[in-house]
Amino acid sequence: MAIEVRIPTILRTYTDGEKAVTGDGASLSALIDDLEANHPGIKDRLIDNGDLRRFVNVYINDEDVRFIGGLEAQLADGDQVVVLPAVAGGC
Amino acid sequence: MLTIDQAAYDAIVRHAKRDHPDEACGIVAGPEGSDRPERVVEMVNAAGSPTFYEFDSTELLELYKQMWDRDEEPVVIYHSHTATEAYPSRTDIGLASEPGAHYVLVSTRHWAEAGGGNNDAPVEFRSYRIVDGEVTEEEVVVVPALPAR
Repeated sequence: MAIEVRIPTILRTYTDGEKAVTGDGASLSALIDDLEANHPGIKDRLIDNGDLRRFVNVYINDEDVRFIGGLEAQLADGDQVVVLPAVAGGC
Repeated sequence: MLTIDQAAYDAIVRHAKRDHPDEACGIVAGPEGSDRPERVVEMVNAAGSPTFYEFDSTELLELYKQMWDRDEEPVVIYHSHTATEAYPSRTDIGLASEPGAHYVLVSTRHWAEAGGGNNDAPVEFRSYRIVDGEVTEEEVVVVPALPAR
């Protein structure tokens, strides 16, 4: 099973500068564990206390995973995953 | 140093005034690696708040896909402060995630205190680099037009 994962600039330090990497997993949670095995440190930037970090957006085939099960969202061969940090702030 | 043309500068200030008292936000995209802020893209502040901004997550994905297709990147990421100075807050610094971008802050506070509308009170317009939690202010140079490529 191959899933393409688009990596944002800020996390490319974990992927040797690669803009996209390939991962494996039947759910988002499994995919992130697989990424962590090959790119140590990346999981902590995506997950906090067992849940997706509030200011990290993850999309599966253009759908925000928050609307399709979060970390339990299902994945299939050929799916495309995009990780984008939120653009946010406040005074 | 941020070099920006007058039209993009004016568009950002106009957007900030229009959305006051809520924070306005958006980007200026440009060709990857060019450091040329060419295309102003106004974003919806999904937080709809005077003290917080966040790009809508669906719009954010659309924006990035469009930029990837065009080999662009966010050269400038801007937002407004509506009651405080145009300096990055702790939240702004903690959430800044584009180390290559110029973070532009505008403040509409003096303009609003002067009554808003068409008054000529200045809108602060400042630019920063935010890398690993470190803020460095930089000069803003407004030019009639960006130099030819």
